[in-house]
Amino acid sequence: MADFLLELRCEEIPARMQAGARAELEKLFRKQMDADGISSEDLTIWSTPRRLALIARGLPSETDATSVEVKGPRVGAPDQAINGFLGRYLANREELEERNGVYFLKRLAAGRPISRVLQEAVETLVREFSWPKSMRWGEASISTDSLRWVRPLSGIVALLDGDVLECDVPGIPVGRETYGHRFHSSGPIALHHANKAHYLSILAAEKVIVDHEKRAAIIREGAAKAAADAGLTLVADEGLVIENAGLTEWPVPLLGRFDEAFLDVPPEVIQLTARVNQKYFVCEDAQGQLANAFVCTANIDPLDPAVVVDGNRKVLAARLSDARFFWEQDQKTPLAEHAKKLARITFHEKLGTVADKVERVAIMARSLCEEEDILAGDPALAEQAARLAKADLVTEMVGEFPELQGLMGGYYAAKEGLPAEVAEAIRDHYKPVGQGDDAPKAPLAVAVSLADKLDTIACFFAIDEAPTGSKDPFALRRAALGVIRLILENDLRVSLKGMITCAWSYAVFVDIVNEIRRLQSGTTGPMLLSHVGHLKPHLGFAAKSDLVSYRQVDGKVDNWSFSAMPWHQIATSIATTIDPAPVVAFFLDRLKVQQREAGVRHDLIDAVFSLGGEDDLVRLLARVHALQAFVTTEDGTNLLAGYKRAANILKKEGYEGPAGTPDPQVLASLKEGNDTIPDTGEEDPLAMVDDPDVGDILAEEARDNSALSYTPEEAEKALIDALDAAAPRAAAAVEAEKFADAMAALATLRAPIDRFFEEVTVNDAQAEKRAARLALLARFRDAVHRVADFSRIEG
Amino acid sequence: MSAAPLFTPPPRDPARSFQDMILTLHDFWSAEAGCVILQPYDMRMGAGTFHTATTLRALGPEPWNAAFVQPCRRPTDGRYGENPNRLQHYYQYQVILKPSPSDIQELYLKSLAAIGIDPLAHDIRFVEDDWESPTLGAWGLGWEVWCDGMEVTQFTYFQQMGGFDCKPVAGELTYGLERLAMYIQGVDNVYDLAFNSSGVSYGEVFLENEKQMSKWNFEVANTDALFDLFAKAEAECRNALSAGVPIAAYEQAVEASHVFNLLQARGVISVQERASYMGRVRDLARSSCEAYAEKMSPEWQAKYPGWSLV
Repeated sequence: MADFLLELRCEEIPARMQAGARAELEKLFRKQMDADGISSEDLTIWSTPRRLALIARGLPSETDATSVEVKGPRVGAPDQAINGFLGRYLANREELEERNGVYFLKRLAAGRPISRVLQEAVETLVREFSWPKSMRWGEASISTDSLRWVRPLSGIVALLDGDVLECDVPGIPVGRETYGHRFHSSGPIALHHANKAHYLSILAAEKVIVDHEKRAAIIREGAAKAAADAGLTLVADEGLVIENAGLTEWPVPLLGRFDEAFLDVPPEVIQLTARVNQKYFVCEDAQGQLANAFVCTANIDPLDPAVVVDGNRKVLAARLSDARFFWEQDQKTPLAEHAKKLARITFHEKLGTVADKVERVAIMARSLCEEEDILAGDPALAEQAARLAKADLVTEMVGEFPELQGLMGGYYAAKEGLPAEVAEAIRDHYKPVGQGDDAPKAPLAVAVSLADKLDTIACFFAIDEAPTGSKDPFALRRAALGVIRLILENDLRVSLKGMITCAWSYAVFVDIVNEIRRLQSGTTGPMLLSHVGHLKPHLGFAAKSDLVSYRQVDGKVDNWSFSAMPWHQIATSIATTIDPAPVVAFFLDRLKVQQREAGVRHDLIDAVFSLGGEDDLVRLLARVHALQAFVTTEDGTNLLAGYKRAANILKKEGYEGPAGTPDPQVLASLKEGNDTIPDTGEEDPLAMVDDPDVGDILAEEARDNSALSYTPEEAEKALIDALDAAAPRAAAAVEAEKFADAMAALATLRAPIDRFFEEVTVNDAQAEKRAARLALLARFRDAVHRVADFSRIEG
Repeated sequence: MSAAPLFTPPPRDPARSFQDMILTLHDFWSAEAGCVILQPYDMRMGAGTFHTATTLRALGPEPWNAAFVQPCRRPTDGRYGENPNRLQHYYQYQVILKPSPSDIQELYLKSLAAIGIDPLAHDIRFVEDDWESPTLGAWGLGWEVWCDGMEVTQFTYFQQMGGFDCKPVAGELTYGLERLAMYIQGVDNVYDLAFNSSGVSYGEVFLENEKQMSKWNFEVANTDALFDLFAKAEAECRNALSAGVPIAAYEQAVEASHVFNLLQARGVISVQERASYMGRVRDLARSSCEAYAEKMSPEWQAKYPGWSLV
């Protein structure tokens, strides 16, 4: 058994690339070992900014001998050829094997010494190593074929137990000498053995902590302790811990203070400045307020830590004065003034400027609050928040730190004295951004966030920019996920289809208003949504005649509102010509992905959605939850089996049934005061029930059919009775959105359907009985179907 | 007749004199890397990288080691002498070493020690910072060097210049002289720097210059004349290119680039026009670099058999 140490030293590797480099080193080494059948289970990979290290323990001293088959001459070849082949492999004629008219010879290839295998492995992995960005350097770079590495590769340690492994890497010395810390160590240090502890301790003595996780721990704990010693609490930041571990070989966290006057600047700005530009941690005081302290991580044991801290303090102070300058400068202009500059920023060439988007979002945010049962926010404030929400994009601070968008707008709004809920809505309207990010709860914030995202999704779909495959350049999937979370977490009872159509109508409306403005000012410009092929004729009509005449009536368009204008109806009628189904399907896909993590089955979502495009996500999910709870019970599993069996028989028999097979009881119950009949798809006979006259006729027919001309068998009767009781109960429960009750009603059918299949022959010789039983099965299928499309359920 | 009195140069004092810091760097790079110590390029330019000793000399197979101070003009960074850190005119110290020596980092750190930065007293770090100049068709990998958290040097291994692979690769070091001096001298305001050891401050040399030039850059410069200058430089660059004198063409590209920066400072170029002007400057600079490389190629190939431009 042998141990192997490989150290690849180079000039400073970017911190962000080190984890990837470790994975690459491991992958390439394993690939080489696997190719020679060597198991390399005990493998350790470490990195510092200046080295990648690999230690493999317990390697065999040589590879196993392997059997190799050599292809020889074909059978019947001249003796000369055959003897020549045998001579080359020192074999006898008896050893030859015939196969498909060709001679083969089995030979045992001797095992190869591990040193040979490792030599090849090192040479290959240095050649094949893949970096996100690599470069050439030095004299060898006179040819573009020279070795590439992330930064110049300076030397290699390759030790097999105590011996230097001979390998040839062009221009790079390979030996047992390593180098310690750049400043705390000098000259080469010989390593004696490929031993983990030896390597660690030799390097530690030269002030290099080669284990990246240990460095991370030193930074994590050292920074926390430095803060605690100053009576503060470190704001934990694991990304920063790893980055600093990737920038140091001998990390020394040091706490410094900055001028308290900078605390006027919002804490997020200070934290971001410290983090992004300087890679410093920040601290909080006992009250949880940002303290005027930072923790930097030096890469040396400084002669006088105060000197290093003071240098860092000055740099941070310069950065913070820039930030404070932006903070003060931005406040000299009200947000409403900043917002005017949005007219100069293109949102998308076909979707106008950011100012146009703001108009659309403003109408939608307002209308979401006007529907009182959706969002209990003041419509005027919702519109105000939406109009100001994007204004911070043109401030100096957000120009410098784009990640502060929204947040700064919120601060500036509060500083201006705008209502707190408006400032909050501006601040939170991008949320939720990622999985860990909370979705807003406050009505105004929900309204603006929802309107912003819906507008983005609806408009990009309208110009045929839906995401495809891995391409989602406008982050519509993330926006859709945001919409889903906003709806579900706030229990918003809205129709997706309706909201998408609304978004389109607002877009058309804003276009019309723009067109009027252009007509008034005598300028010309394309109507944005006229890029959409199927909108063109409508817009041509609307813009040219109606709008011009409107201008003659009333020249003012600055104080318009959506509903007060005559052409909001035009906009709406145009928007309804676009099919929202693809957008709803897109949302459904996102919902499935999102719910998968919560353990909700995608087939159950389909089973509920396919009942007619349920697009109230809250109701859809409630129904799916109840369904999932049910189908995983024994009753559910068996009922599903019964459903499938019934459906199969009906399908096999080509059963379509008489036009009127709706359950009479169900029909009756639905007609009693319930004028909202679930849309169950075109194939469902009930689809026509919307027309009261048709409904009556159907009900009449169904009643007629329900009378049997023979005495049913006991099991048959039991199923009829069970259906009579369960079907209306289930339907009513669905209506009342008591989905668990609907499932309970279905559960009562399980025993009767099982018994029916056991005892009753559907395919009776008497045509009458057969028809009645098929009709009964159809009734069962339809009753179940009204709760969910069980044919979509897997298993 | 007595002999003329011998002059013995006094010891340099980089910690208390801006010019001594520069002279120390000259001494260092002259002695340690055999650099030619050049004088600044006599044209207005935005960065030391535009000096032909960097751009044009980075092309071709011949070794080239040079060091020089280059004044840099950044009209939009002018602050009328009121900002302690920002200047519309400042100095860069450039070192170009081709091919990049294997001990280039050690040499660089030794140069820092020479001007008084002890790496055991100050935290020196190499932080990833790649460099790209679309104008020059150039890019490289490297770092910004931090001293106690402050960026003091840009360190780049040129990989491409003028759209051509660098064969061999040159190492480029760019020291920000004022901020380095501020650090070494312990000064918070650039105008308080000691320019020499005889009591002359940086402010005495440059403050009035900053005030007047900021005003000219932002308020006074005749924009019609600038537009005209841009067009003339562009035309002259083309003229020089067609006459087979690419170095002269390159100078006109540098001129056009600076005039463009002045127009920017005057705020007379709209966002849409901006991209178009940048494209024009880029085209001039790249064409000049290409023409230079192509013109020199036969000579380079004769000296280095087997070497080729592409």
